[in-house]
Amino acid sequence: MLEIKNVYKTFNAGTVNEKVALKDLNLTLEDGDFVTVIGGNGAGKSTMLNAVAGVWPVDMGKIIIDGQDVTRLSEHKRAKYIGRVFQDPMMGTAATMQIDENLALAARRGLARTLKTGITKKEHEEYYELLKTLDLGLENRMTSKVGLLSGGQRQAVTLLMATLKKPKLLLLDEHTAALDPKTAAKVLTLSEKIVEENHLTTLMITHNMKDAIKYGNRLIMMYEGHVIYDVRGEEKKNLQVSDLLKRFEQVSDGGFANDRMLLS
Amino acid sequence: MDFLTSLINSMPGAVAQGLIWGIMAIGVYITYRILDVADLTVDGSLGTGGAVCVVLVLNGVPVGVALLAATLVGMLAGLVTGLFHTACGIPAILAGILTQLALYSVNLRIMGTGTGGGKANLPISVDKYSLLVSARYVRALAANNPIIVLVIFCAILIGVLYWFFGTEMGCSLRATGANQHMARAQGINTNVTIVLGLMVSNGLVALAGGLLAQYQGFSDINMGRGAIVIGLAAVIIGEVIFSKIFRNFALKLLAAVIGAIIYYIVMNFVLRMGLSTDDLKLLTALVVAVFLTIPYWKGKYFTKTPVKKGGKDNA
Repeated sequence: MLEIKNVYKTFNAGTVNEKVALKDLNLTLEDGDFVTVIGGNGAGKSTMLNAVAGVWPVDMGKIIIDGQDVTRLSEHKRAKYIGRVFQDPMMGTAATMQIDENLALAARRGLARTLKTGITKKEHEEYYELLKTLDLGLENRMTSKVGLLSGGQRQAVTLLMATLKKPKLLLLDEHTAALDPKTAAKVLTLSEKIVEENHLTTLMITHNMKDAIKYGNRLIMMYEGHVIYDVRGEEKKNLQVSDLLKRFEQVSDGGFANDRMLLS
Repeated sequence: MDFLTSLINSMPGAVAQGLIWGIMAIGVYITYRILDVADLTVDGSLGTGGAVCVVLVLNGVPVGVALLAATLVGMLAGLVTGLFHTACGIPAILAGILTQLALYSVNLRIMGTGTGGGKANLPISVDKYSLLVSARYVRALAANNPIIVLVIFCAILIGVLYWFFGTEMGCSLRATGANQHMARAQGINTNVTIVLGLMVSNGLVALAGGLLAQYQGFSDINMGRGAIVIGLAAVIIGEVIFSKIFRNFALKLLAAVIGAIIYYIVMNFVLRMGLSTDDLKLLTALVVAVFLTIPYWKGKYFTKTPVKKGGKDNA
């Protein structure tokens, strides 16, 4: 479903702030893979997701989604294939627009925006039922501005938006990191439910090793811009946090002390 | 008593001017509030609208067609600013300033077309040409009273814009102004929506320019100077007064129009109180500065935190 081939990305090339973010990154996702991504700060996790989403062009390499080379497609064109939820709850929704309007925008992802009405009556009813499944009472606040919602509620709505029009690929960029533990757990459970129900190919970044082991069928660890560990199936299920820490220690020797706290 | 009579006599004129600038304010609302871009093109495109309209009418074009042409040329100005910003990567404010400056020359050229060379001021007499609105009839109790025509204009424009911003395209424009990241993630080409918004806005501003030139009986190279500030003043006055009661989008546009009318009524008042016309722009700038400052300071220094007062006070 997704192929990342020999992708390189360097920020601020040729300056003192030069930062090699992706270095010969290779990753292939099978249809229906739910992959959790872990790695220390600056390992290139978010950069990988942004490269796939097309936020900026990569320096080298190829990105292929469902057989189509999207390397040169702009961000909004790739959106046709990709659903995204960001770390910052503010980023995924339009705060000054209503909940139902946000959903209607997402329902038209990948379609031409015409002069037809922005949200139909029928859609409105569909969204009511859809919001009901969240169990947050949002179905009764559909005409409220999204800006009035809490971070967790916004992430839940963003999740719905990312998957309303079934994407070929779902990118979750630490989407629960800004939430309190209880809400984070709720949103994670919801994510898993949506992914399983729709059989979505998913990349989920997390800083929480337990979550990385608990969710999904496959786990990858990144370090210095490429994948250093890739495990799936039974082997992944039987992983322990200590195994991952050991792995990490092996590759990063000196740098590990700093990252240990972030990963625990 | 004299003062009061003259003030009341000046009211119809203020209302008519307010309605014309209200259309312009709607244009500013679209960029400033919906698209979240401060577009300075309008200082030029207002004059462009006036110039195109007057030149065409002087050359025998029906006034309706002339206004339509003025609107289209205004949209072209918006397109140029939009391309400067999106295709060339120039910051929005600077892009607007560049177009505005360029339009000074363009407007002179337009006013020189078929009228014998570059002119900074081009009169058009309502006696010789059939114009849609004229200050001459502003106190007339007749169908040609410009206020009637302008109210109809505003009503139609608000209706059309209300419909447009409810469409898929209009919603994508609003999404762009609210959150560009989200818009792109939902497959919206934000470059296109920004350009589109600037075109709609400047089309409206040029239309207002065309109406204003007819109303005052001339087109002038300086007629758009400071237009953005007047437009902002109208938008802000409208918001300050009506934000609590006007929630609907159409009403918000109406608030901008009423804001413009109030602006002109107040300006009329202070002029009759003895303020020199020379100081008018200074006053306008200060009013806008104050109104922009208040909400900022409110948020910064007077944030209401639910502090419980001591028990003794409340006992």
